[in-house]
Amino acid sequence: METRQIGRPLTRNEDPRLLTGRALFVDDVELPGMLHAAFLRSPHARAAIRSIDTDAAKARAGVVAVITAEDLGEYWQPGPLLVPPPPIKGMVFRQRCQVPLAKGEVRHVGEPVVMVVAESRYVAEDAVGDIVVEYEPLPPVIGLEAALSSDSPRVHADLPDNIAADVHQAKGDYAAARAKAAHLIRRRFTYDRGASNPMETRGIVAQWDHKAEKLTVWDTTQAPVFIRNGLAAMLGLSERQVRVVAPFIGGGFGPKMMMFYPEEVLVPWMALRLDRPVKWIEDRLEHFTATTQERSQVHDCELALDARGKILGVRDDFLMDTGAYNPYGLTVPLNSQCTLLNCYDVPAYDSRFRAIYTNRTLVTPYRGAGRQHGIFVMERMLDAAARELGLDRAEIRRRNLIPADAFPYHNELIYQDFAPLTYDSGNYAPILDKALHAIGYAEFAAEKAKARAEGRHLGLGVVCYVEGTGIGPYEGAKVRVQASGKVTLATGVGTQGQGHFTSFAQVVAEQLGVDVRDVEVTTGDTDVFDWGAGTFASRGAVVTGSAAHGAAVEVRTKILKTAAEHFECAEADLVLADGAVSIAGVPENRITLGELARLANPMRGAVKPGTVPGLEATSYFGPQMGATAAGAHAMVIEIDAQTMRPTILRYVVVHDCGTVLNPLILSGQIQGGVAQGIGNAFFEELVWTDDGQLLNASLADYLLPTALDVPRMDVLHTETPSPLNPLGTKGAGEGGAIPVGALFAQAIEDALDLPARGIEVSEIPLSPSRLWEICNPSG
Amino acid sequence: MKPAPFDWHAPESVAEALALKARHGEDARFLAGGQSLVPAMNFRIAQPAVLVDLNRVAGLDAIAVGADGSLTIGAMARNAAIERHAGAVKSHPILAEALHEVAHPQVRNRGTLGGNLSHADPASEMPAVMLALAARFLIRSARGERQVAAAEFFLGPLTTALELDEMLAEIRLPPLPPRSGTAWLEIARRRGEYAMMGVAAVVTRDAAGICTAVRLACCSAGPTPMAAPKAAASLVGTKLTDADLAQAAALLKQEIAPTGSVQASPAYQRHLAGVIAARALATAWERAA
Repeated sequence: METRQIGRPLTRNEDPRLLTGRALFVDDVELPGMLHAAFLRSPHARAAIRSIDTDAAKARAGVVAVITAEDLGEYWQPGPLLVPPPPIKGMVFRQRCQVPLAKGEVRHVGEPVVMVVAESRYVAEDAVGDIVVEYEPLPPVIGLEAALSSDSPRVHADLPDNIAADVHQAKGDYAAARAKAAHLIRRRFTYDRGASNPMETRGIVAQWDHKAEKLTVWDTTQAPVFIRNGLAAMLGLSERQVRVVAPFIGGGFGPKMMMFYPEEVLVPWMALRLDRPVKWIEDRLEHFTATTQERSQVHDCELALDARGKILGVRDDFLMDTGAYNPYGLTVPLNSQCTLLNCYDVPAYDSRFRAIYTNRTLVTPYRGAGRQHGIFVMERMLDAAARELGLDRAEIRRRNLIPADAFPYHNELIYQDFAPLTYDSGNYAPILDKALHAIGYAEFAAEKAKARAEGRHLGLGVVCYVEGTGIGPYEGAKVRVQASGKVTLATGVGTQGQGHFTSFAQVVAEQLGVDVRDVEVTTGDTDVFDWGAGTFASRGAVVTGSAAHGAAVEVRTKILKTAAEHFECAEADLVLADGAVSIAGVPENRITLGELARLANPMRGAVKPGTVPGLEATSYFGPQMGATAAGAHAMVIEIDAQTMRPTILRYVVVHDCGTVLNPLILSGQIQGGVAQGIGNAFFEELVWTDDGQLLNASLADYLLPTALDVPRMDVLHTETPSPLNPLGTKGAGEGGAIPVGALFAQAIEDALDLPARGIEVSEIPLSPSRLWEICNPSG
Repeated sequence: MKPAPFDWHAPESVAEALALKARHGEDARFLAGGQSLVPAMNFRIAQPAVLVDLNRVAGLDAIAVGADGSLTIGAMARNAAIERHAGAVKSHPILAEALHEVAHPQVRNRGTLGGNLSHADPASEMPAVMLALAARFLIRSARGERQVAAAEFFLGPLTTALELDEMLAEIRLPPLPPRSGTAWLEIARRRGEYAMMGVAAVVTRDAAGICTAVRLACCSAGPTPMAAPKAAASLVGTKLTDADLAQAAALLKQEIAPTGSVQASPAYQRHLAGVIAARALATAWERAA
């Protein structure tokens, strides 16, 4: 057996269960006597609620309860501020969090107004149709710049305006940089995002066992421990009385990290009140307006360069739509603000953003979480600068990369994790070179000219990115050797498809000398492990992986100590491999881990004072700050110049996330990220009317990229280990998605020779129709 | 996303189905393949009190090629069956070519031509193909039967000439003349997606290589499938040179009335129509040789 487990391209331990339909998802939970919930949701972006008549709904056969905000009494509370803002000097931050059911006013389409619980989902939806709500529609706040005008309606009447936050951060002296610049580039960009649309929508089942006095909640959350703690507090139960299970989840992508969603507050409360299990599964229509999204930013950016194309400074001012409430604080705009600096040495930076309340669905992080907005701005600015200076686009990037000997590199800003924005490690030039080589950059001009002679329009894009990953606060892991010799690992994070059952098993197996298939991983069950923050910010492998490593190292020590006592030899003489300990050079002197586990947990006889039973350890890991991953994407695209239909001919990803735990899983993460990036760049767009109605709330009209739209890609790696954690790893969850918008914009400009026609691509998402309009401004 | 309550009837004969529809009138809908109606019911956009399920009715799904090359298709013939029917592929190859772009194989396995045409979605491929093929529709009711030309069948978005008690029973396609070529071309955001624009072209030439007849029809081009008779007429007597195609494309762009969608602006749709009409005509012309 291989002794090294980290770095092996192992297929996933969890896949047989997933692929044969034997994995538990929330909607698989069926309980005797279970009731079903449905919600009446606001059809208006903004309206006053004049009256609610639920009589007919209550009278319908099979309806058990119909609940409005008034019926919740003191249980009605705005949700908690999930992520308080970091301490940035002079900032404005006005918190308004979502409510369980709208009271007095609705603030976005899809906001829940009435909850119905019935014997079936069919009856519950019939009863929703029986409810009569008298609304007085009010003018909504939709456009970002309009929201700032003094005569704009206000999303929250008790605030003086629609500004949720106003934050200024700076590095160096931009004014001085600007004064000595040879070139100043100014551009405006808009970047819209979409809905994450995981395959599994949200869902929650709650069951109150009145004999055990215990509430069990199955929830599609990315943060089961926080949900458990929060529910216990809200419901007046002890934490011991609440078990939250986040079973297999069909994709999270960030929106399932939001808490508390109204349904998460209401379904457990109902189960307690009715003393019957209650299930609510979000349908796709609900998902489009009730699950958080990411949305518009408008950037005004100025880039100051010297005559050689070296960046002297950047000034950026952007508006961001935060939706109707902002429970997630400043995570998304701070990510944009910080990530804009990308992998470049920027001596001076002056950045301001304003987060704006609008009457649209809440904005919380979705894969990339604002980073792609920043990357888009910087990469587009460099493309414009390269043209102005007559420089090659790869060359202007190379001239500005942070040099390998400049790490740790201090950007002097505060990042989303409240820590200073410092890049722990990196080596960027080889990444860019590898990408250029793999895409055939040097030969592309000839390739493009040859294709053009045949009437085909080929374009190449190459962009760089960084990804702040692996932030705190901490995660924990408990490792135990069982009497069977198999090993268990438990952690508090939830899992939504990241391969945790395999990558964490590899980390443990590496230390314990067991088969990766013999490490059983439990995630997301608060009765098994109940400390930790959750799965977000590309932190699972870094933070949980390091905790698992720490626990495994401790268990390894216990194994060797127990074996040394058993063999009456020195630990240094022992070999731990193949699920057993043997004496070096005497392989027949061997004891299995199972036998050692039994020795460590004797049933009779005396143990030494102070003995802790079992081959078990719990360890926690909290990084001092996030680890910065980096990469480059390159693409060759062909555009039908008449229909504007794109075809991706080649796609290259070069990624550096430090030590790779499992290259197969990493490749899957990256390819999935690129797929979502392609969706964001060219397929997905939430189309809203001026009165706040979503026009394409179905998967027939909101276009996710399919297998036919996502190309095969070459995924290459460089490895610059992070000094911040014992594994040397960096997160990889979001990198695939981050640079794709910038890549599309550049490649499309190249294919259609747009700059020569005085046209630039300054917005995402694109579509054939939008691209045609950009190219034909007069129609 | 659960349908409102409804009564479900599963007649086994056409007469029984027509009697049920006559009895329940506007409260009732025929259920064919269910690929449009059932999603609409799940969204509660459609809330029929009664469904008359045609899936157990015998004799509505025959596909037959006549000795003269004409084709009759029972309304309940599955789109996949038409797509794979050797005779139909030979007599009217544009059917299979367009059906290949209709949604996905799973949807075509279930969806029927009659259901598709009765639904009358102006973004759907087959109504436009029916115009281009000069189809006639056999319509039955408890009162009797009648025939309607495709050009008179589609009255508006999701609106047809069918009376409340009537059923589209059979689609009749006249034979294509010798030296005819056909082509279907569409541009969609994704494979199987609603077309932003689609064009059916049917071209006939004489032995000397002069065009003698053209029919053109578009989907996603207005409230109904849109024929383009002026563009078609402009090509008769020509050899479909690039200049002829450009002129026809310009005329076609004037004959359609695209309204735009979340995927495409009307101006872009009109632009696309010109582009793909020229391409479809060129392809059909080659095939007519």
